[in-house]
Amino acid sequence: MKIAVCVSHVPDTATRISIGADGKTIDTNGVTYVVNPYDEFAIEEALKTKESLGGEVVVISLGPDANKETIRKALAMGVDTGVLLKTDEQRDSLAVAKALAEEIKSQGAEIVFFGKQSVDYDNSIVGQLTAELLGYNSVTVVVDLKIEGDKVTAEREIEGGKEVVETTLPVVITAQKGLNEPRYASLKGIMAAKRKPIEEKEPASAENYVEVLRMKKPAPKQPGKIIGTDASAAAELVRLLREEAKVI
Amino acid sequence: MANKVLVFLEQRNGKIKKSSLQAYKAGEKIAGFYGAEISAVTIGGEIEELEKVGNYGIKNVTHLKNSDLAVYSSSGYKKALADYVAEDGADVLIFANTAMGKDLAPRLAVVMDAGTGMDCIAFEKEEDDVVATRPVYAGKALIDVVIKSPKKIFTIRPNVFDAGEATGEAAEVTVKEISDVDLSAKVVEMKTSEGKLDVAEADIIVSGGRGMKGPENFAMIEELADLLGAAVGASRAVVDAGWRPHSEQVGQTGKTVSPNLYIALAISGAIQHLAGMRSSKYIVAVNKDKDAPIFQVADYGIVGDVFEVLPAIIEEVKKIKS
Repeated sequence: MKIAVCVSHVPDTATRISIGADGKTIDTNGVTYVVNPYDEFAIEEALKTKESLGGEVVVISLGPDANKETIRKALAMGVDTGVLLKTDEQRDSLAVAKALAEEIKSQGAEIVFFGKQSVDYDNSIVGQLTAELLGYNSVTVVVDLKIEGDKVTAEREIEGGKEVVETTLPVVITAQKGLNEPRYASLKGIMAAKRKPIEEKEPASAENYVEVLRMKKPAPKQPGKIIGTDASAAAELVRLLREEAKVI
Repeated sequence: MANKVLVFLEQRNGKIKKSSLQAYKAGEKIAGFYGAEISAVTIGGEIEELEKVGNYGIKNVTHLKNSDLAVYSSSGYKKALADYVAEDGADVLIFANTAMGKDLAPRLAVVMDAGTGMDCIAFEKEEDDVVATRPVYAGKALIDVVIKSPKKIFTIRPNVFDAGEATGEAAEVTVKEISDVDLSAKVVEMKTSEGKLDVAEADIIVSGGRGMKGPENFAMIEELADLLGAAVGASRAVVDAGWRPHSEQVGQTGKTVSPNLYIALAISGAIQHLAGMRSSKYIVAVNKDKDAPIFQVADYGIVGDVFEVLPAIIEEVKKIKS
């Protein structure tokens, strides 16, 4: 079974964002990049799936040379091979998905994992777009997964509960926190990753439909008032919420 | 340009969700910019009093009906909606940015070859383009985008647009029976957390951080949440420690929320937490550290020990609720 996991390389969630000189993207000076947090669950699930079904896992990432760091991390966790669809240009979600779908097709992968969203642009749609382009079934925001033969049973998180979805291979799964506990790369894994191949390819060309005009900071919130320094302030707080804010 | 705006109304258990009515208001704004027609569509089995969506300005709604579509199916809903869009000729499609909207919108984007703006919070007209504003980096920044493809899809963040007061008008309902249902992905079971409100949908959230000292102390938070009809939220530290489930996590690797009232108890306010809740209309913070970053975004703050202040707040709320 060929398994693919698609990953993105994003600023660490502790990053303070400032706007770059182009006025459309962030200032990357001093920003630490990491594996997209949700992709770690996707990588782990790909490895677990290989451990139970056999086969091979390929990690695919689209972006600049720097994305190799994230590919290398996946290889260190135990992924077999890596592909960098190399581009320095910004792509919208659909243009990313079109390139990923081409690559997944050429890899012949029948089970494909994504994180449920990248914590940079927060669209949360590349997995579904890729699945539809491939004509694969897909389940998003998955917190539990079973694959037996052709049959896929996945639990997905929705507001106030979970849906248990049944479908069949080939399938795209987008991973939510809670799906598993991502393993740490062992020293041996890190050493082995250095010898594993990362193939560089040109991504399939695709037009951007979404154009970013500008990036801006949200209006700063005015700090409010400190009502008190002990339990005696509770009455005043409740009064303000009721009479001034009118929210309770 | 665009000629026809179509808003997808989401139903769960036969009831249309408030977030969809809010999305319709965003749709009206977009249709106004383009001088386009607007209508609504929903998918499901039996739907209670669908004509009542007229209360919120909706004049025409089409109900794509089949009992196998009473619960969401990504394949079934996609096919039914794609067929309808092809027939209706809509070139702008709008969803609420909910679990269902996020799952379904991109599927239609492929069918329609449309560019997509997810989780939009504002729309403006600039020359002939509609410019959508959406948060990125969990709200640490915003981007203004235009969609250049002829077909466009937007999803609308819940609780940003106001659905308005009920007007008493009734919508004209057209029922279309759907015969050919694609159930290649099928929901076989729903596991609902009975009676529990989700942070993504709640008007009020009472949220606890590591300063609560242990999972047992969340009983107080649950008590306040019950009194206020609120959902319980949690910081990442609390979820990572296993005190609360991930579904309650607010922040960059949890949920981004914008309730009317967010009460942060013993939460210091790490940047990834602030990103997820700073757009709440009112924020209350209780923390014993006066320099905690949470006070930078709080409308009302109490610098004090949560184990003294919270029981006092509960008592005060009980007084006004009794």
